[in-house]
Amino acid sequence: MIDSAVVVTEENTAEIRPDEVITQSRALKDEGFRFVTMSSAELAESVCVLYHFDKDLEIRNLRVDVPKGSKIGSIATVYSCAFLVENEIKEHFGVDFDGIPLDFQGMMYNDEEVQRTPFCNIGIKRV
Amino acid sequence: MAKTVLPFGPQHPVLPEPLHLTLAIEDEIVKEAIPKLGYVHRGLEKLAEIRDHNQMIYIVERVCGICSCMHALCYCQGIEALMGLEVPERARYLRTIWSEMHRIHSHLLWLGLFADAFGFESLFMQFWRIRERVMDLQEETAGNRVILSVNQVGGVRRDITAESAQWILETLKLAEKELLQLKSTILDDTTVKLRTVGKGVLTKEKAYELGAAGPTLRASGVAQDMRQTGYAAYSELDFAPIVETDGDCYARTVVRFKEALQAIDLIRQCFAKIPQGELSVKPKGLPTGEVVSRVEQPRGEVLYYLRGSGKKFLERVRIRTPTFANIPPLLDMLPGCDLADVPVLILTIDPCISCTER
Repeated sequence: MIDSAVVVTEENTAEIRPDEVITQSRALKDEGFRFVTMSSAELAESVCVLYHFDKDLEIRNLRVDVPKGSKIGSIATVYSCAFLVENEIKEHFGVDFDGIPLDFQGMMYNDEEVQRTPFCNIGIKRV
Repeated sequence: MAKTVLPFGPQHPVLPEPLHLTLAIEDEIVKEAIPKLGYVHRGLEKLAEIRDHNQMIYIVERVCGICSCMHALCYCQGIEALMGLEVPERARYLRTIWSEMHRIHSHLLWLGLFADAFGFESLFMQFWRIRERVMDLQEETAGNRVILSVNQVGGVRRDITAESAQWILETLKLAEKELLQLKSTILDDTTVKLRTVGKGVLTKEKAYELGAAGPTLRASGVAQDMRQTGYAAYSELDFAPIVETDGDCYARTVVRFKEALQAIDLIRQCFAKIPQGELSVKPKGLPTGEVVSRVEQPRGEVLYYLRGSGKKFLERVRIRTPTFANIPPLLDMLPGCDLADVPVLILTIDPCISCTER
């Protein structure tokens, strides 16, 4: 039986560098993994981004620590559906995803007058 | 012909939910669709910073009015995994019963709204009439018609008596009979088929690649349902996901109709097997670590990511709802369809924007 509540451990989660995220995602896609979503949490100097995938209901995670204010590649080139959650994390945590095909520029939920990311104490960079 | 840009929603006569799409159309054919969220964004995840992990149960129950109990189940299940709690067997069965009641009323609500979307108002009324029976069951057993506050960390707050169980089974028998009477109308009627067959096709490959969830995924031929993992009491029940292969609006309707009937059967199985015993165990300690918890809501798989550090307040509560997962597949289905079919296509992912925007 597969657990539907899975504690995040080393067995199901690979820690990777920000520059590895696209190649690692592509490798999982080639293995037949489906993109489920991404989660994020604020740490002291960085934002932890977890990428969740599954295959035959088993969850697999990639963990990336993104230094605050830095960029990370968008995996929407691999899993096109990721653009929505990347926009959400950008808006809530200020993580700048490079190359999102449809970039709401931090205004997917928020209105233009909102100048701060609600979950992370840094500003939204609007272009 | 030049493209015309048409705002669709957030207020639209057919849409029960304030979804906003910007449609680029050419000669009344949709060429491109771009979503715009935020109309009802409530920031519920942020509340985890000022509400402790027990109070958060009440918050997550209010993420969605349709599947309140399943949000709480998914959340509690995650906390229980972090705290190493073993939920009593009777509580697992009760959680399953209430979850399946939610599935029946959600699918009947959807079937009614869907009928209304293509102008079949009498069918809308018939589905909602049956749904009322299930709403009565929820009110009787949980004290509320909509927000069922029955889950707690370690088990459930309420029990279902033997007398109530008997009444539930009799009511469901009646609901099943009435639902079967509507089967030929919703699934065989020419006018219904004209609006649904071959419309909004999502292939199996696309559904998987675009991360579709729930009936939207299963109607495209992917046999994936979180209940297969056996959470709550599903491991004890005879269950197999309902799958259709055409991937169109009709297939998504068939899946939901059959799942409503299947949910009645699952409740019957639960009452046949439910053991006597405790309703909950007392939690000790505080949640520490990270967990990914998933359950199958009527609209599909919901995911909770919880992060605790041994304090009363969780560091992070992240919720990915099924509608959020089904928006990219919707954007794939829309190009090429007639403008008149847009409301029908949107409805077939059973959108819940309240959930999506949290």
